[in-house]
Amino acid sequence: GCPKDDFQEELVIRPLHSGDIYASFQFRTLWETDFMRGNKVSHYRLFPKSLGQVISKFSVRELHISFTQGYWRTMQWGQPFLPSPPGAELWVWFQDSVTDVDGTWKELTNVLSGIFCASLNFIDSTNTVQPSASFKPLGIGNVTDHRFLRYATLPREIVCTENLTPWKKLLPCGSKAGLAVLLKSEKLFHSSFHSQAVHIRPVCQDWQCKTTSWELRQTLNVVFDLHTPGQGKLEWSLFKMFSRTLTEACPLASSSKIYIDITDDPQGEQFEVSPATHLLSQAMVLGDRRTFSVYDLTQQITFGTVRSLNLLIRWKSRDMLRPLLHAERYVAGYGLQTGEIHTLMYNNHPYRSFPVLLLDSVPWYLRLYIHTLTVTSKGKDNKPSYIHYQPSKDRVRPHLLEMLVQLPPNSVTEVTVQFERALLKWTEYTPDPNHGFYVGSSVISSLVPSIVAMDTNSTREQPLFSSFFPCKEESSYFMRVYTEPLLVNLPTPDFSMPYNVICLTCTVVAVGYGSLYNLLTRSFQIEEPSPGLAKRIANIIRKMRGVPPL
Amino acid sequence: MSLTGSTRRFSPLVPQENAGQFFSSGHTNNWAVLVCTSRFWFNYRHVANTLSVYRSVKRLGIPDSHIVLMLADDMACNHRNPKPATVFSHKNMELNVYGDDVEVDYRGYEVTVENFLRVLTGRLPPSTPRSKRLLSDDRSNILIYLTGHGGNGFLKFQDSEEISNVELADAFEQMWQKRRYNELLFIIDTCQGASMYERFYSPNLMALASSQVGEDSLSHQPDLAIGVHLMDRYTFYLLEFLEDIHPSSKANMNDLFKVCPKSQCVSTPGHRTDLFLRDPGSALITDFFGSVRKVEITMETINLTEPIHSFR
Repeated sequence: GCPKDDFQEELVIRPLHSGDIYASFQFRTLWETDFMRGNKVSHYRLFPKSLGQVISKFSVRELHISFTQGYWRTMQWGQPFLPSPPGAELWVWFQDSVTDVDGTWKELTNVLSGIFCASLNFIDSTNTVQPSASFKPLGIGNVTDHRFLRYATLPREIVCTENLTPWKKLLPCGSKAGLAVLLKSEKLFHSSFHSQAVHIRPVCQDWQCKTTSWELRQTLNVVFDLHTPGQGKLEWSLFKMFSRTLTEACPLASSSKIYIDITDDPQGEQFEVSPATHLLSQAMVLGDRRTFSVYDLTQQITFGTVRSLNLLIRWKSRDMLRPLLHAERYVAGYGLQTGEIHTLMYNNHPYRSFPVLLLDSVPWYLRLYIHTLTVTSKGKDNKPSYIHYQPSKDRVRPHLLEMLVQLPPNSVTEVTVQFERALLKWTEYTPDPNHGFYVGSSVISSLVPSIVAMDTNSTREQPLFSSFFPCKEESSYFMRVYTEPLLVNLPTPDFSMPYNVICLTCTVVAVGYGSLYNLLTRSFQIEEPSPGLAKRIANIIRKMRGVPPL
Repeated sequence: MSLTGSTRRFSPLVPQENAGQFFSSGHTNNWAVLVCTSRFWFNYRHVANTLSVYRSVKRLGIPDSHIVLMLADDMACNHRNPKPATVFSHKNMELNVYGDDVEVDYRGYEVTVENFLRVLTGRLPPSTPRSKRLLSDDRSNILIYLTGHGGNGFLKFQDSEEISNVELADAFEQMWQKRRYNELLFIIDTCQGASMYERFYSPNLMALASSQVGEDSLSHQPDLAIGVHLMDRYTFYLLEFLEDIHPSSKANMNDLFKVCPKSQCVSTPGHRTDLFLRDPGSALITDFFGSVRKVEITMETINLTEPIHSFR
């Protein structure tokens, strides 16, 4: 018979301490089919056909792609449910049956650039790395040979409506019904942070894991700025955020819910949500037990008598839990010859230390001097327990540096490395070289100690936002933090100089040679001035008479 | 009765002859290649030009899969844009030509002379996705629209390279020899645009330009909130003209030649029809800007035992 497929959608709204509001959409399709075993899948229902064909043609085991505009401010906003770096990020685990991973990777990036209308075809060997420890598979399976992993970022990639349009078309209901009607580009891109992603991985059906299904998650995270619509009150509604209200759930969805984070105010004193709901849910999110008001869109009663749902949230500002881990990165130094990259990692836990895995992928034209690498915490040297470094090769591959660093409690750890800037060939510069060149974000992955016990039972029914990263231990949870990308100026030639040189040379040659030629070859002849009118008439008469002229 | 809007009675000819006429006439599909070649925020108007033509072409029926849209820079989500995800063509933000349903095939640094010529001639690397290819055949009518900064005999791409009129003419000749088009309409809105079609020598080409050699094409109006000029004059009046066209319109090319006279455009628009085999008055606007399918409904069975030969 037909393999079973299931679609769920959810929206989580979390008011942030700075007054901004964070909305996170997740659309998940589960499909019990096997792309791998050679049987051609031809009947697609909820799972989008373009992605299904990509998985089977390129033997993909896991695919994660994200497009982000803006940078996530951890200190003001806390931790996101799903982190992503600015620009485009793509990492893929291939099946171990693939013989030429690099060739398949190149074809895959080209196909994805057509599907998502992005210039992913600029991903090539000069910006692709194979991390050895930072990007372990998030789905099931026992392939851990990192030769089958490829990771690349394009920090310069712009995200706009042309990327949102094909992303929306992958959803079963498109943007016609359900939560996706809220996705209007004019509001989404007028925000402080916007990130859309597609994650595909195999998951277990049940706790015994006898059968696997393919899970496709499409996520969209957006943070709306308090000051943008011109109001100062801490009041938000669906209409103000998205310029739409909800009228129905997606008919193809088995579950369609909205969660509002009301953890700090379960009694409703600091907080007011209307229309009111008595449905509450608790979930473990990022090491914290949080309470949510739930609106179930599959129930007609949610929409009330007006048959439309416009949630209104009003609250007073409150204190935010300081994030345990956050990071910064910047370039130090002066001039266009050398520089220094500084990465700072903050551990804000009062008494626990924990290890973090730092992944840096630096383009080849910033030549890193690894002998100048220093890692210091609280002023003292902090030697990493694991370093994996792959040096760059000019125009072939970038630097890859992975380190496992133990962060002491309540401290700042600083990683510095010096570099020298290379001079590119004149054809390698972009049309706007004075803008600068981007270096992708560093990735910091770690298991952060958790105050409350985490739930390791991964098959229990959980909201989508708390079940993305698999939880293996009770006392800690997985977190990934991205730093800012860097913008570095390379020594840029003056591209108008060839034209200037040609003009100058031609002028010099023309003036110099011309003058010399004239001096050498010019000869002077004496010429009589032309005579006056009387003389000319007299000469004519004399000619007629046969007498020589005057 | 065909869906071109005319109420033609079902011809009393023998059905085979009818089928012969049906298969031998004109074009069967439409393509559009719309290119904006300018980078940087102050060239906002060139992106707005291209998006206006994109919008008109989509409205008249050409689907995204048959449009190759190349924008050299991003204006809609540019950090200088006071209204993100919008590109306006009229001041006071009346018309958002970017819209909610746009698919850009070549963006940013991908818009180069090489990629443009490869799209036209079809010589793309094997891994290029379908949306980036011009998959036209010998029955395709293609609309090519270029805008940006240009001069006498060249068009500038991204302030770093240029395409000459000779290269363009040769590319069209390659397309003709590979039977990649049935008829081609070339519109260019740059300074000295007429120089770009001077060198064409392949049949079935019609060209329009916004200014003659020695003239500059001027921009239309700035918007004080956005801070840049929103459109160029020629494309502004072209958009106004196209807004009145609907899929069953009977307006023909002679009406298009009258768009933007010198009084409105300041420059003198030019056109070239000597290479076009049909009479321009018989070529409908929707032949190039729309995607009108010719459908004939017949009540009888037609035996196609012999191959139907085309005109040419």
